[in-house]
Amino acid sequence: MLTAQLKKSRSGRTQSSFVLDVALEIPPGITIVFGPSGAGKSTLLDCIAGLLKPDAGRIEINGDVLLDVERRIDVAPPKRKIAYVFQSLALFPHMTVKQNAAYGLADVPAPQRASLVNSILAAFRVEQLANRKADEISGGERQRVALARSLATSPRVLLLDEPLTALDEGLKKSIMEDLQRWNTAQNIPILYVTHSRAEVDTLGERVIALDQGQIISTGTPQEVLDTPRRSSLAQASGFENLFSGVVTELREADGVMRVRLVKGACEIETPLGYAAAGTAIRLAIRAGDILLATERPYGLSARNVIAGKIISLEQRGTMFIAQVAADADGAVVFTVHLTLGAKRVLELEVNHTVWLVIKTHSCHVLEDQK
Amino acid sequence: MDSLILSVRLAACVSGILLLIGMPLAYWLAYWNWRGKFLLEAIVALPLVLPPTVLGFYVLIALGPHGPIGKISHALFHRGLAFTFGGLVFASVLYSFPFTVQPLIASFEAMDRRLLDASALLGASRFRTFTKVILPLSLPGIVTAVVLSFAHTLGEFGVVLMVGGNLPGITRTASIDIYDRVQSMEYAEANRMALVLLIISFVVLSAVYGVNRRIGRRMWASWAAR
Repeated sequence: MLTAQLKKSRSGRTQSSFVLDVALEIPPGITIVFGPSGAGKSTLLDCIAGLLKPDAGRIEINGDVLLDVERRIDVAPPKRKIAYVFQSLALFPHMTVKQNAAYGLADVPAPQRASLVNSILAAFRVEQLANRKADEISGGERQRVALARSLATSPRVLLLDEPLTALDEGLKKSIMEDLQRWNTAQNIPILYVTHSRAEVDTLGERVIALDQGQIISTGTPQEVLDTPRRSSLAQASGFENLFSGVVTELREADGVMRVRLVKGACEIETPLGYAAAGTAIRLAIRAGDILLATERPYGLSARNVIAGKIISLEQRGTMFIAQVAADADGAVVFTVHLTLGAKRVLELEVNHTVWLVIKTHSCHVLEDQK
Repeated sequence: MDSLILSVRLAACVSGILLLIGMPLAYWLAYWNWRGKFLLEAIVALPLVLPPTVLGFYVLIALGPHGPIGKISHALFHRGLAFTFGGLVFASVLYSFPFTVQPLIASFEAMDRRLLDASALLGASRFRTFTKVILPLSLPGIVTAVVLSFAHTLGEFGVVLMVGGNLPGITRTASIDIYDRVQSMEYAEANRMALVLLIISFVVLSAVYGVNRRIGRRMWASWAAR
């Protein structure tokens, strides 16, 4: 179990300045840290690894204190026994794969070291590359070597900073399976940082959502991603439609409220949020959650039916992306995803009049008012 | 020919000593940030802009019987350093200081910091990180530093003249020999000596650029492939 309470203010020229202020308890297994870029994910990992010194806080692994700012305990990175795979991987380019993997085993007697290196390279299926230089192997192989190098030292915690972002899905999955297999025996906490929604879905048992240095929700991927509470997180987790609005009316008995979108005249019914009438809120709606009808629909359970006109249609892969301007005011434009079949059967073209159908519970009310 | 051998001996001593002093100093300047660091950086760069005679003058005073270094030398060896090979080495080390330290700083600073972080997280001490990661990856910078200080010492004139004078076999280096021969109108001799210096300098520099380009290109390819 890794526990950490950390405070670190960060001001940089390139990064947005923020205060990282988190309290975490990470059990063995994979925990995803998810958030938009600039949320403080890498700062968090750097603090845990000891590469950055927090302004205040405490870090503990299985009861062993690594950092306690108040008591002036600060174990140096080489002594923390924390493995960290950077986004850049940082393999030593002048060494072979074998030398890279053996780097952290300087204190281990030579015969034992050789067998450790062989077995960890085999576990990540790169044993055939042992004598190749680190700069002569492919991207996916490099990720495997980087994982093998950091796990050869039998670390107590593994930190991963988007190490697989550049890989295709198949490769990513196979590497993660190898990592999970390795961890069934070792059973250490693994913190996996990403800003990719797809990675959260495939890897995560637990997710911590981070935004502007704060943990804004924790839970299963489903729980965290499908009800985002901030608009930056909504954007990162794939909500194509983000609107500003003003609450016009609360219908507490029905558990809903009416929201008028700021730019236009159209009103949308949403689940009841923690907002009084008259407050400004943000709304997030997935493009895939909006239905299109070519005639005004009747007898629907969906509470939001909005007339509009298609202003653009664009094919992307096996999907059409339609932009629909609401009739009430052209300033409000919805993004809608359609299958190729739906577009064909409905004979949709630019300038056609359509009706947008949105369920109340597909409208997510966000916390901030940006 | 004596003077040429003396010059090469001097340059070899100086670049060797400078590498030993320059490496830790450059490491310190490249990786540590502290208030007042700019002052040390200015001192390191000073010989670049100082007239050799100014540097030579102060070194001469310091080496003399009443100077601090002269006193130490008298106490230890019962003789001074002015107008000796040792004094020449001391002055040349100061004079060529930036030519060693600055290329080293530049190549240490250009290192990917994440490599150093990775090394530390794999349990390596600072010394191990230095010998296993920084040194091998800074090889082009180290070669440049050694060769520049060697070539610079080989060609120095003002400082040597001030500190060493013109004692055949002890302090008369090639450049002073050339000056001497021109003074006494021995143009053919001067020309021979000058030509040898020119060729040595050219060969050494082209070797450095060649080596650096090979190492550099290989390293560049490895970065670009990332």
